[in-house]
Amino acid sequence: MKKKKIFFSVILSTLFIFFILFKGLYNQNYYIPKNTTKNLISFKAEDFFTKEKLTSDQFFLNNKYIIINIWASWCIPCLKEHKYLMSLRKNNNFKLIGLNYKDKENNAKQFIKKNGNPYELILSDRNGTISIELGAFGVPETFVIHEKKIIKKYIGPLDQQNIFEILRITKK
Amino acid sequence: MFYTQLGNYSLIFSFIFSLLIFYSCFKNINNKTKQIESNIFSFLSIQLLTIFLSFICLVASFVVSDFSNETVYNNSHTTKSIFYKVSGSWGNHEGSLLLWLLVLVLFVFIFFLTSKKHPKNYRIFTIIFQQVIVIGFIFFLLTVSNPFNTLFPIPDEGLGLNPILQDPALAIHPPILYLGYVGSSIIFSSSLAALIEDYVNKNWAIHIKKWIIVSWIFLSLGIMVGSIWAYYELGWGGFWFWDAVENISLMPWFCLTALIHTIIVLEKKNHLKNWTLILSIATFTLSVSGTFLVRSGILNSVHTFANDPNRGIFILLFLFILILLSIVIYFLFHKNEKPIIKDTFLLSKETSLVVNNWFMMYFLSVVLIGTIYPIILEVLTNNKVSIGPPFYHKLLSPFLIPFLIIMAFGPKLKWIKTKFSKIKLTNLFFLIISLLISSFIISFTEMKYLFSTVLFGASFFLLFKTIEEFFIKNYNFSQKISHLAFSIFILSILINGIFSTEFSTNMKFGDEKKINDIYIKFTNLKTLNKENYKTIITSFQIKDEHGKIMNFNPEVRIYNQPEILTSEADIKSNIFSDNFLVVNLLKDDGYFNVRYQVKPFMLWIWLSVVLLTFGGILSFFRR
Repeated sequence: MKKKKIFFSVILSTLFIFFILFKGLYNQNYYIPKNTTKNLISFKAEDFFTKEKLTSDQFFLNNKYIIINIWASWCIPCLKEHKYLMSLRKNNNFKLIGLNYKDKENNAKQFIKKNGNPYELILSDRNGTISIELGAFGVPETFVIHEKKIIKKYIGPLDQQNIFEILRITKK
Repeated sequence: MFYTQLGNYSLIFSFIFSLLIFYSCFKNINNKTKQIESNIFSFLSIQLLTIFLSFICLVASFVVSDFSNETVYNNSHTTKSIFYKVSGSWGNHEGSLLLWLLVLVLFVFIFFLTSKKHPKNYRIFTIIFQQVIVIGFIFFLLTVSNPFNTLFPIPDEGLGLNPILQDPALAIHPPILYLGYVGSSIIFSSSLAALIEDYVNKNWAIHIKKWIIVSWIFLSLGIMVGSIWAYYELGWGGFWFWDAVENISLMPWFCLTALIHTIIVLEKKNHLKNWTLILSIATFTLSVSGTFLVRSGILNSVHTFANDPNRGIFILLFLFILILLSIVIYFLFHKNEKPIIKDTFLLSKETSLVVNNWFMMYFLSVVLIGTIYPIILEVLTNNKVSIGPPFYHKLLSPFLIPFLIIMAFGPKLKWIKTKFSKIKLTNLFFLIISLLISSFIISFTEMKYLFSTVLFGASFFLLFKTIEEFFIKNYNFSQKISHLAFSIFILSILINGIFSTEFSTNMKFGDEKKINDIYIKFTNLKTLNKENYKTIITSFQIKDEHGKIMNFNPEVRIYNQPEILTSEADIKSNIFSDNFLVVNLLKDDGYFNVRYQVKPFMLWIWLSVVLLTFGGILSFFRR
């Protein structure tokens, strides 16, 4: 009898730990230190296609994840990550914004035409100042933004593992 | 292209053969003959060969930079040197699991060859349990982490290996650690087999002790190589950070260390059977949990490189099937034994070995709780906590004192009973001397705590006692070496922890600064282009408080594929201390963050671990 009790309590506690770890798998495991991430400053930018002037408040919606990808048609690593970006297209969990960095308009349009447009919105950054304000080092670079805070930053081309991570972070 | 295909098919073949072995083993159990059927041996050889072939194919794909292979594409680059192309093949998730599998089947094969003296059914059951693990791993590889996935169209260039992994220590770290982890799988299977066949006795203990020692040696060395890597590559100047992944390798180590001591009681006195079995099961379970926690991405750490939840679920299910299987088998087959206390007296070798186990279990639970508690808390309450070194230091160090003192006495005690009057007065003398030395040392530091004096005293006491042991005639030489090494290990860690000094400052080329009687001068700066990275080599001249002048050349490397900055520390090691200088590139042009550290007795920490494992090696070859 005693043996049975021990047996069942061991089994139950094992199942409990299984449950915890199982749930834990689906949790986000990135950590945002409190009060250390600065709020993003608001900035103005031009829509790539419509040439409409937009302020950042118009597209940095508070409750939605924003992914900003800095790209340029002259940047060869950007081409590499493009297929991964295409796989992020039409995801309702976040809004994918492209920031076209120091690029010739025609070349950039060619690039999008040839390789597809993964972005919901493309902003122009002709002289590169917006990228500098965001704290970018170069192209390509990708920022995951939530509630006006940068919660994740990828320097260099994205790979499949980064994509998994982005999907996991933005899943909630 | 060819190698990828060949490797893939070879892996599928090995899966079929593993199922065949599983089946023919079951058929063989009911067979009344005393011999294992010869076809099992041939199947095992084929299994080993096919997996070996598939591993070689993966390495070959890396060497020829076959980017049609997805694993190669994600982790390699044509400009990488041949050494890192080869080691890169197990530096990633898929490849490292293939290596795990290779070591696993190799060990099954070795087990089969070296266990011929033992009962047939015991051997067969061990092979069956091993095949469960093998099949689980091959299935895992083939379904969610196949190293031979192909890409089309074939990319021209790979993405490159993470530069912090491009390091000789890290090339050998996983294989060594895996030998330790996988060795524990044999302990696991064989103890379940012994349980079913009622073979938990002296013969089994002698047989399995070799496996325990082998796993323990490799695990100790693996942990050490990993921590040497962290020491000079991560550039934080520490060697142990209580990072979750480090803890995970430490937990099976505690279990194995406890097991090494318990198995002696089983071997000599035929006691503690059930406890040995529980420890054997726990060791392997903790190893697989380690794989789960590292590979699933449930924890954030330098080691997390797979972030696919499907993989996590697979390993988790597999882990819990193994755990539940072993729990059921344990409860079905274990026999009650009479308590050890009825046969022995309080002051005896048995007691000291059991006490060793208590302490190991205590250390294990502290580390286990510290590692998984944040996960549990987050799931239940959504709070994030971070458990850092202070938690471990506060909980572990007070218990080191009695542990060290008991360790000093333990080996001297006799089986069953030791008379209290046999304990000599010289011990008191040793104790006083150690306390005096330690209070002398502590008086040089700012901390004047009673606690550190006693802790230091206890470690000195152990050192003296282990040295004294060498003058007593007694055949157990390996134990003496390992215990001596352990006392040196603890002492060097304590001295290192207390006397390390560090300062950090920002400097640009040509600057000269004076901090705490130390002059530091930035003398040179040059940039070189290497094969797959650009390096900034800086030169510093440091004049320490004794007027000794040292030159350091730490580097900052900028890798191109993928683009990552790494800092290569320059470390001047000598017998008494390490001088450690590391620079980081700051954003503002020309300025570097310079960190200079003096870490006494650093070399001794590594040497003592080597000595510790040397004791293990001696013990392996004894008799």
